[in-house]
Amino acid sequence: MSHLTSRRGLLFGTAAVSAGALLTGCTSNEPKDEKPAADDKPADDKRGKEVTIGFAGPQADHGWLNAINDNAKSRARNYQDVTLEITEGSNDTATQIGQIETLINKKVDVLVVLPADGKALTQVGLKAMRAGIPVVNLDRVFNTPQAYRCWIGGDNYGMGLNAGHYIGEKLKGRSNAKVIELAGLDNLELTQQRTKGFDDALKNYPNIRKVARQAADFTVESGQAKMAQLLQAQPKFDAVWNHDDDQGVGALRAVEQAGRDDFLMVGGAGALSAFQAIKQDDGVLKATVLYPPTMAASAIDLARALGQGKGVGGLAEHEIPASITLYSAVVDKDNVEQYMSTGFR
Amino acid sequence: MTQPVSPPRDSTDKVPPVGQHLTWRDMMARADVRTLSLLGVLAVLVVIGGITKPDEFLDTRNLQLVLTQASVIGVVTVGMTFVITSGGIDLSVGAIVALASVWATTVATQEYGFGGILLTAVLVGLGCGLVNGLLIAYGAMVPFIATLAMLASARGLALQITDGRTQIVTIDGVLELGERDSYVLGVPPLVLVFAVVTVIGWLLLNRTTFGRRTVAVGGNPEAARLAGIDVRRQRLYLYLLSGLCCGIAAFLLIVLSGSGQNTNGNLYELDAIAAAIIGGTLLSGGRGTITGSVLGVLIFTTITNIFALNNLQSDVQQIAKGAIIVAAVLVQRRTASTT
Repeated sequence: MSHLTSRRGLLFGTAAVSAGALLTGCTSNEPKDEKPAADDKPADDKRGKEVTIGFAGPQADHGWLNAINDNAKSRARNYQDVTLEITEGSNDTATQIGQIETLINKKVDVLVVLPADGKALTQVGLKAMRAGIPVVNLDRVFNTPQAYRCWIGGDNYGMGLNAGHYIGEKLKGRSNAKVIELAGLDNLELTQQRTKGFDDALKNYPNIRKVARQAADFTVESGQAKMAQLLQAQPKFDAVWNHDDDQGVGALRAVEQAGRDDFLMVGGAGALSAFQAIKQDDGVLKATVLYPPTMAASAIDLARALGQGKGVGGLAEHEIPASITLYSAVVDKDNVEQYMSTGFR
Repeated sequence: MTQPVSPPRDSTDKVPPVGQHLTWRDMMARADVRTLSLLGVLAVLVVIGGITKPDEFLDTRNLQLVLTQASVIGVVTVGMTFVITSGGIDLSVGAIVALASVWATTVATQEYGFGGILLTAVLVGLGCGLVNGLLIAYGAMVPFIATLAMLASARGLALQITDGRTQIVTIDGVLELGERDSYVLGVPPLVLVFAVVTVIGWLLLNRTTFGRRTVAVGGNPEAARLAGIDVRRQRLYLYLLSGLCCGIAAFLLIVLSGSGQNTNGNLYELDAIAAAIIGGTLLSGGRGTITGSVLGVLIFTTITNIFALNNLQSDVQQIAKGAIIVAAVLVQRRTASTT
């Protein structure tokens, strides 16, 4: 009996909240957003309806994740009408679920969630959506589209693809070219996707053969160790793709220690140290493929638009898209200056 | 409905008698068989490496590489061997390495140059070891719990210091130490440090009162206490020693990777414990061998090297590693019991 009432209550509650959202959406007289998507400053954005955004991410124990938090915070600060409720990051699924439930209970207007584990946090995403709080799912995707209103994230397959094409073009005309791959943590699906993209791209270049692949685990220490072994295993090769710039610090160190400079290296993610090395152009690192942490800033933009019932500037629709996959641009010497400010430490 | 209750077992009847009738010669002979079987395993690995990748494996550069990769975890394992021999455990070694490497590479520390980095790494290691030792020896905490707590807090502090960022070392003196120009007669400085730590560790365990006390405390702490050994002080020293080794290892890791990162030393505790146990150190204490531990480390590093040279992927590596650990222990036990 009580079970029934509570379910009914939930239903009514959800209906009421959705109706409310619909109502405010209809009565809103705010002009459509005019924020330039690629620009760093959303400054000319007019102050709109107050929006409280709840943000829950994993523990920032890696440069990229740290940059995610920074991007979200600084973007939110730029909007006078946005209040950001940010939780202490956690890698523990149970803890993160608890944190998101707390944000739901606080009745934030919109949730931005970068799950420690997308599949494991699907239920709490669903719960938020049912409670009438739209969820912007950042990067690691939930199991079902019902658990989010909008997904925005990077393209791991695209990273591999673009890295492969860049290397392919650089080695054009070189017969019997050898390429090696320093992958990230093999336990993660994203590593498999990056490798698949890389392999698929290389298929377009019959003169190139991938001769070795070893997986590090995104740490400097493992990058050094695995790259040192790869260098020993392959006395001669033409190019290496390293999945992650953080482990790339160690990989570059191994290259230096082995005294090798007879190949080109392409990195991944877009760390500041990598950008600087590319700019200086005095080592093997010639380019890196982005997995932009600015996606967190864009997620705040999307959450704000959701909270204010607007669409995205530059698109014709009245609502924000359901899914946005970011492009994994290749940054090399020619365009590195443009990306320098987005590099993470 | 009363059921016959088996009589309560006397908890003391499993404990070996205090004065085991083993002569010094017997113990040496046993240790030798163990060492020989470990050398056998290593020889088999070298043959496998030599057959599968003759050019790349049997190469001076590869020997340098294997020994360099072994030196960081090797130094940690020497400290761990002492702790395990005394009947304790140190789960915090990886976290201490992380904290020391991070603390020693902050912008502020790097202003003090080479000496600042080295001193900070060693002092942080010693400091963590001191806390471990005080908690265990004088706070009467179980080593498993005390060092587990240290693991958590040291990792947390390392994360707080770095904010998850990679701290890149800019001191040339430190960086050059890891490069080929500073090799001494073909021996990398890191390997030299590892060798020195190993020799000192061996002497300390086998040729000094400190070593005999360590074994006595591990074999039977009560008997050791009755024999007049200050068990608590001995334990404090042992965790300090382990912390010191972590500090040295952290410095080696800074030299090797040219950076400090809070993810450093990931799962070192397991690698060090595994190497010590494979080497023949008793997990329950009372027996320890530095030679065995170092051979254990070299076996692991050589396996990793052979896998990488043959381009085997992580999944195969992990499966094979587990199998080889079991095989190594079985072979060792077989050879040890047949003599």
